[in-house]
Amino acid sequence: MLRLGHRPDALIEVLHTVQQSFGYLDDDALRYVSTSLHVPLSKAYGVATFYSLFTLRPQGEHTCVVCTGTACHIKGSTMILNRIRSRFGIGPKQTTADNQISLLTARCLGACSIAPAVVYDGEAKGKQAPDDVIARLEEW
Amino acid sequence: MTVHTLTIDGVERAGVEGQTVLEVARESGVEIPTLCHLDGLCDVGACRLCVVEVKGSSKLLPSCATAVAEGMEVTTDSKRLTAYRRTIIEMLFAERNHVCAVCVANNHCELQARAADLGLTHIELDTVNPALDVDASHERFAIDHNRCIMCTRCVRVCDEVEGAHTWDVMGRGLDARVVTDLGMPWGESTTCTGCGKCVQVCPTGAIFEKGRPIATTKVTRPYLPYLKTNSQEVSA
Amino acid sequence: MTDLVTTDGVPGAREADVDKPVRRSRRMTGPQVVGHARATAAVCQAAGCLSAQSDQVFEEITAQLIADGVTDVAVKRVGCLGLCAAGPLVEVPETGELFRQVSPDDVSDLVTRLKDAKPVETKPALEPFFSRQHRVVLENCGKVDPENIDDYVSRKGYRGLTRAVTELTPQQVIDEISKSGLRGRGGAGYPTGLKWATVAKQPSGEKYVVCNADEGDPGAFMDRSVLESDPYRVLEGMAIAAYAVGASHGYVYCRAEYPLAVQRLKAAIHRAEKAGYLGAAIAQSTFKFTVELRLGAGAFVCGEETALIASIQGGRGTPVPRPPFPAASGLRGKPTLINNVESFASVPVILREGGEAYAQVGVGKSRGTKVFALAGRIVNGGLIEVPLGIKLRDVIFDIGGGVPDGRKFKAVQTGGPSGGCIPEDLLDMSVDYESLLAAGSFMGSGGMIVMDDTSCMVDVARYFMDFCREESCGKCVPCRVGTTELHMMLTKITEGRATLADLVQLESVAAMVRDTSLCGLGQGAPNPVFSTLRYFRDEYLAHIVDHVCPAGVCALSGGESVA
Repeated sequence: MLRLGHRPDALIEVLHTVQQSFGYLDDDALRYVSTSLHVPLSKAYGVATFYSLFTLRPQGEHTCVVCTGTACHIKGSTMILNRIRSRFGIGPKQTTADNQISLLTARCLGACSIAPAVVYDGEAKGKQAPDDVIARLEEW
Repeated sequence: MTVHTLTIDGVERAGVEGQTVLEVARESGVEIPTLCHLDGLCDVGACRLCVVEVKGSSKLLPSCATAVAEGMEVTTDSKRLTAYRRTIIEMLFAERNHVCAVCVANNHCELQARAADLGLTHIELDTVNPALDVDASHERFAIDHNRCIMCTRCVRVCDEVEGAHTWDVMGRGLDARVVTDLGMPWGESTTCTGCGKCVQVCPTGAIFEKGRPIATTKVTRPYLPYLKTNSQEVSA
Repeated sequence: MTDLVTTDGVPGAREADVDKPVRRSRRMTGPQVVGHARATAAVCQAAGCLSAQSDQVFEEITAQLIADGVTDVAVKRVGCLGLCAAGPLVEVPETGELFRQVSPDDVSDLVTRLKDAKPVETKPALEPFFSRQHRVVLENCGKVDPENIDDYVSRKGYRGLTRAVTELTPQQVIDEISKSGLRGRGGAGYPTGLKWATVAKQPSGEKYVVCNADEGDPGAFMDRSVLESDPYRVLEGMAIAAYAVGASHGYVYCRAEYPLAVQRLKAAIHRAEKAGYLGAAIAQSTFKFTVELRLGAGAFVCGEETALIASIQGGRGTPVPRPPFPAASGLRGKPTLINNVESFASVPVILREGGEAYAQVGVGKSRGTKVFALAGRIVNGGLIEVPLGIKLRDVIFDIGGGVPDGRKFKAVQTGGPSGGCIPEDLLDMSVDYESLLAAGSFMGSGGMIVMDDTSCMVDVARYFMDFCREESCGKCVPCRVGTTELHMMLTKITEGRATLADLVQLESVAAMVRDTSLCGLGQGAPNPVFSTLRYFRDEYLAHIVDHVCPAGVCALSGGESVA
């Protein structure tokens, strides 16, 4: 935060940094950030809830991001999501009861030519069939 | 002070540099319906009810946020505009629960009044109508999100006039809500001064004072005196 | 909370993101080459190929060459080679060979070929995917090492900037851009020269140059590829723009979903500063220009100029009514020039070769070249650059290789969520701003998604409406409620519950959303509905009247549910 200066316009950068360090944004962190940057509490909360990459809840042990961009949609990303739902009982933005897998979706990762794309714990993989995804998630 | 000449609905009018089309129209007695606009607060152009046709612009422009310019030709009323405005009101009714008969603001509601002005008698759109919270945790006030139309007047009055910035908007799209502080119950807010300005500016029955009939707390009027004064001081 | 203060990572790029393999491979350089390299293995290191382990391919080739004691073959990391669908790709420029789907477990064949490789006079004839392209913006893509500024300079990099600041006045730079006929490559196609002139003529004082790298259109990855493959080009374009309009500070607003692009940009800004191409006294002149990187956080609407400004200022990305336009009052209320990545990437060539030379290609009011991302049901999916005015059919069938698996082409979607679907009988149209608009679509940022007969056009319209509904910022009523209502109507149709009266309502609400929404997101949201209604009304009627989905996508026909 020192690096970015205590400027209100650094709010998004600071929230990124906090989330990177703690995994999510809790009330204490938001309170601390808003005080330090002189941003009203409700504004910090408004920003944290506006952007889809910010999360106010802790994530599971592993995260799986399914791309739902146009090319991936055409090539069956919905099928992948349906299979995950029927196998693990979770939909987008949900975490399994044992806190192992968090499922997220992304609006296009820009990996359209290798659609459908799935990111496993930060590692992007292309041309994923529903069976590949289920097999991979079962390893976790 | 530069004065611009423009025509509004075919009649020549004059406006001062920096004035909005809405201001000049209202000074001239031309009524344009509005919801999110309130004299004295910054304009956001969000409700789109006040859109007008401006010659030379392919798009409809919000009169509350469009400055007058020399030679501008504005049309404030047409079949198309009326139809669009009616659909906007219809969308607001479809978005959340607005059953006037059981609302605290019945007969003192700007949404209801605009619907009546525009002759909206029934809703053809499918209703979304999610069951939202009513937060009555504040000692004197309460907010019923089901009646909120997201005009953000409360957010603006709290920030621009009271200076507390207790209110803001969270989430986005249809899930957007007005919130106090970090989304906690209003009664637990550490920044709210309890001034009640948000109650006064709310156009519907969303924010109201507990235990008092709305007729005595909310007088439907186009501006609030202190806001008007504030705005004149700012522009002076 | 001490971590909070000291953590110095790429914000948003989570630790485990795609940049990890690069970090690991950075320790490893190619084999030591003695003298002049007889051949070079250029290994693609853009996100598509990296996800197929091209970093390991690089390491494996290097290791084998070292093990075999080969000293006259270089191995080089390069940006996108274009044919992303067939990655990982390795090119040997000296022989003109392109190796596809190279597996890190089996590079021995490739290494053998490399050992025997001899530069050839006449390279094998290029396949249409490459020969029909015209590379200007992508001239360095797949040729330079994106992390190496010397490599960029050696390929005529920074000549445009040097010429601008040492030989030309700002007005002459703007004239050069105007002569080139360049138009905004991010979508609407506003003449770039005019935009620059508007910002330049604002009273002097603080001004900003902003690069819009928030490539949000699903199905578009041109900007990502340019940033990952040739980041200096974009910075050079921004510096030239800053000189022309009189700005001394700039921002690149990049989506956080592109961790590799963010990382390379960060590195490029740092190196350009060290090399004197950013910062004070650029190219030994008195001109100074600094660039800061700002990250998005997952909001499509931030591609809209005023929302982008709000986001750079740390707020919610909600648009504000225009006018005033950012050119007059933008970032912090100052005059602000906003162009997208590809527009800025076109600028160095224009300054280097001259505006007239750039305007040689193109058609009508659409001059120069345009980068497109080909994806969907197409054989050669990837990154291409073509002269404007090329026939759409040539793009899809010659360059793209047509539809795979013997399926039948149905439509190509351009322009993202504000664009439209172009049917087969319009394939002979020219690809330019005006023709696409006339066909009910939109140039957009350049994504082209090809669909075959397995795609249902009502489902496609519903998909885009779902996208707009989720990405709507919620500020104005027509977009917030209207996109939801339209989505509900389209869902009704795909589920077979709609009547013809619903179709009438769909069209009237769509028109209202288009005409009354605050920003481009809402105004463009109904476009996919209009274009599919225009060309594929029979599919809508099949759902409504006959209760069948001709493509077998929608649940009503007994196919798998897409809900």
